[in-house]
This record gives sequence, C-alpha cells and structure tokens, in this order.
Amino acid sequence: MKGCQVSLSLADVKKVAMLARLQLSDTELERMTHQLGQIVDYVNQLAELDTESVTPLSHAGELVNVFAEDKPRPGLSRAEVLSGAPKQDDECYRVPAVLGE
Amino acid sequence: MREQPYEIVIGLEVHVQLRTRTKLFCRCSTEFGQPANTQTCPVCTGQPGSLPVMNRDAFQLSMKTALALHCQIPEFTRWDRKQYYYPDLPKGYQISQYDLPMSCDGWLEICDSQGVFDPKRVGIIRAHLEEDAGKSMHDETSGRADSRIDLNRTGTPLLEIVSQPDLRSAAEARAYLDELKLLLQYLDVSDCNMQEGSLRVDANVNLHLDEPGGVIATPIVEIKNLNSFRAVERALEYESQRQYEVWLEKGVKKGDIPKQTRGWDDQLEVTRAQRHKEESSDYRYFPDPDLVPVVVTPDEVERVRATVGELPAALRLRLQEEYDVSEYDANVIVNQGRDFVGYFVEVADASGDARRTSNWIQQEILRRLNELQMSIRQFPVTAAALAGLVKAIASGELDSSRGRDVFGRMFEHGESAAEAMQSLGIVSVDAGSLRSLCEGLLAENPRVVAEVKEGKQKAVGALIGQAKRLNPNVNPSEVREICLELIAQQ
Repeated sequence: MKGCQVSLSLADVKKVAMLARLQLSDTELERMTHQLGQIVDYVNQLAELDTESVTPLSHAGELVNVFAEDKPRPGLSRAEVLSGAPKQDDECYRVPAVLGE
Repeated sequence: MREQPYEIVIGLEVHVQLRTRTKLFCRCSTEFGQPANTQTCPVCTGQPGSLPVMNRDAFQLSMKTALALHCQIPEFTRWDRKQYYYPDLPKGYQISQYDLPMSCDGWLEICDSQGVFDPKRVGIIRAHLEEDAGKSMHDETSGRADSRIDLNRTGTPLLEIVSQPDLRSAAEARAYLDELKLLLQYLDVSDCNMQEGSLRVDANVNLHLDEPGGVIATPIVEIKNLNSFRAVERALEYESQRQYEVWLEKGVKKGDIPKQTRGWDDQLEVTRAQRHKEESSDYRYFPDPDLVPVVVTPDEVERVRATVGELPAALRLRLQEEYDVSEYDANVIVNQGRDFVGYFVEVADASGDARRTSNWIQQEILRRLNELQMSIRQFPVTAAALAGLVKAIASGELDSSRGRDVFGRMFEHGESAAEAMQSLGIVSVDAGSLRSLCEGLLAENPRVVAEVKEGKQKAVGALIGQAKRLNPNVNPSEVREICLELIAQQ
C-alpha cells in the first residue's frame, strides 16, 4: 500500500451518511468532510511505511479457536429485553412498517 | 416443452439452519415456536459491551457439511461484519464471512433417473457460517402501520451454501435442492423444515442468448421469498421467460444496470422488483474485532471427515452393485432416508432375496407409510418379520397374493410371518395330499385333460381355480406343474 494516499470527498461523506442513515445538513456535511478528512490523513501516515513483507493481521490479539459449548443458558426476560424500546406491545418491538419491498 | 431460444443460467444460495441447541454467538435457545422475544440476551440483541463467543457444535456441523460437499477447508478462517440497516438486525450488522470463508471449492452431483437431464457435478463456490436475523411481521389488523419484530431467531446459526451458476434448467435446480436436502438429512445437521424456515433458497438467474455478434447475457436477477422447492421451479420458469421478453423489448444487457432483486409472489406466480441490491462495498465488510479467527488442523479435518458416514450417492451405487436393484429402485430406496435404507438392507440380508425385498418395500410398505404419514421407524412390521415373509414367498411356501394377506395381518397385529400364517390358517400342503387333490381334479375334468393333450396348455388354468376352492393353501404354480406332469403320464 506504500504511496497509496486516500482522500475524502463531499460525495463520499454524503454516501457514508446515507449508509449510516444520518441526515446531515449542508453545514454538517462540510464540517464532517473536514473532520473525517483529518482522520483519513492521519491514517495515511501509515503509507510511509514499507509493509511489503508484513502479513495482514485479522485480529490484534493472538488468540484463536475460542469456542463455547452448545448448552442453553437463560437470557433476558421479555419485559427486560423490550424495556429499552421506544415502542413495543409487551410481545414484540413495534417499528415503522417494513413491507419487504 | 418447446426448444427455448436461450440458455438459462442458474446459481442457488441455500441457507441451512443448523441443528444446534443454542445460537451461534450466545447461549440462547434456538427452539422454534416459542413466544416472541423470550429467547434473547444482551449478545443477540446487540447491547453495548456484550461479546459473542462461537458455538463449537455449529462450527463442527458446518465442517461436516462442507466435507460432504467435497469442499476444501482452509486452515484459517474468520468472521466479518456485514453492515446494513434493518429492524430485525439489532446490531446494525450481521456477523458473516467475507473473504476467508470456512470452506470453498466443492461439488454436488445431481442425476435424474428419469433421464430428463444428464448427471452432472454442480460446483459449490463456498459454504460459510453466519448468523440469522430476526423475524419481522407486518401487522395488518386494525390498519396499524407498524411492523412487529421478534428477535428469537436472531443469531441462529446458518450455513450459506453458494453454488456455481452451473444449473441450466428449473428441473436441474429442483434436483440440486432435492439432493442437497437429502444430503443434509443424511448428515443430520439440520431438520430441513421449510415451513419453519430451516431451509431457505435464493436463486440467481439470467439468460445467455446466441446473437449474431456472439453470446449475450441478460442482467442477473436474484429471486427471493421462495417458500418451497416447487416455488423455486415455478419462479425460475417464470423469470426466464420474463427476462426473454424484456430482452426482446428493451435489449438491456448484463452490466447495463445494477443487479436486481425480485420477490416471488406465490399466489399470483410472478416475480416483482424489490429494492436495488447494495453493492458489496456498501456493506462495508471488515473483520469482526469481537471474534478471534479459527485455525483448523489437517487432523481435525480428518476427524470430522470420519463422522460423515455413507452418503446418498455412494449408497445408490452400493445397492445396485451389492443388491442387484435397478438404478431407479436404488434411487427410490435411498431417497427415503438413512433409516429406510437400513430397513431394506436388513430385510434383504436376512431373506437373501434383495429383488423381492425391493419390490415389497416399494409397493406395500411405501404405500402404507405414505397413507399413514409414518416413518419407517414407527412401522409395525419389523425388518426381521418382513424378512420371514419374503423368505416364505421366495421358497414357494406362500404365493404373492396370499403373501399380501399375511402382510396385512402382520401389519395389523404385529405378528411374525409364521404367526400370521397360522392365524390365517395357512399351512403348507404336503406333497402327497397335493398330488391326490390334483388327481381328483383331472378325473372330474376330462375335457381339460383332452384340451391339454391337444397342446392347449393354457386350459389347465381352469383347474387352478378349482384347486384353490378346495384348499386355499395350495400353491397355484405347484398345482399347474403337477397337473401337467400327471396328464403327460396318462
């Protein structure tokens, strides 16, 4: 990746905002483009290093193969799990209509 | 069917719910049909600070399935986050596998004993392990505009099996699904219940058209909402014709427009456009930092491979080679499942007459199992009992029609063949009394004797009916043989 500099355009930020379901005003978009751009520039510093012979890491830790046995354990009660929802009917969460279209 | 002016190209994605007791990354129960939102915890509802831990059995069952599909198991595999917003996905991402799936490059052979298409190997691109989403239900009562969300299913382990676009007709797609389902049942890795959503299919389809400038491909369409294998067949038939008509009208080629998703409407039997699929870059896959990778050693692969057992394709061959049943019959038997094959093998071995066994279990037993919606395990006639009956018929002690009476008795009263024969008063007629019965018949029927002497051997048939009336236990072919012998001696 040496020398591969990434920069961020307003259009990129608009798209990312859409994918994150964030509605940003024009002022906010501009501010975000600037701030996110700074983060990208910071990460771009890595491009100065020669990583040709370095194997990409999947995980910062060195652990592998962490498994749990397939034995059920009690979870949350329905009242507990629904308690944080803005809208619910004691059985299910209620959300604006999803019509599968 | 008329010759189509195009070639249909189909690839299938099958999601299989694995038979585990708990979810993929938490220990909530996966039991189907429980009250909504009673099988959740901080992990599967995506609460901050919760950590997923991989279910060991889910990984083992995936590996077993992948090996049965002749897949490679890479030494290193990891899980990624696939981000999208949907109310049934509480974390805002699904834990799936992207560039390093747990298996790849396999195949499944499909064949058709009716000869509609030639046997072929369908390539498997990959099989990867991921978590299921929850269930959204649209509330149509009282005109409410809400959807209701049940998160019981959220996090249930799914194995996604992706085929190469190797299928060339709806019939081939159906055969692939039937064979895959049978394989999964033999492996006992899933209950394969389509009504409960344990097996879900998406189909990717487009057409190749031979045009003057070369082969042209129509845009690929992914069909969703396929609730049964029958629906898959019908949807593919409908969709290929639809694509052909759109091609004729608009001439749009693959690459001109983004990949489309269409939903199958089972009532109206049409596909309908759904949202445009997000490009895979829009899912912003990246390795899930909450999970560590899995490293699989060759020893481990071999250990799991040893648990795979004899699979349908191998069994079909073995039945043909060792038991001399036809390809068609071997198919019928193997397609009934492992228990049924076991039953057949036990009866055939004990009776020493595999062909007769094959006929009996395909006719009398399959018919009754279907009528009663019963599995072979519950069937009241045990393999040992049926072997007794097959032996009695093979030795000539019983003729086939009396054999069916005996079988009926065995079925209703759970008797052995010998017991049932006794209950029905069937005793074998000894040679001496059979001979004197025949002599009596010949004396009473001089016209039949005369006709046989003139060369009309068929005339002897009239005597068989009379013999059966005198003694229902006589064996018709023996009566025939003895009468002809006696006439020849006269």
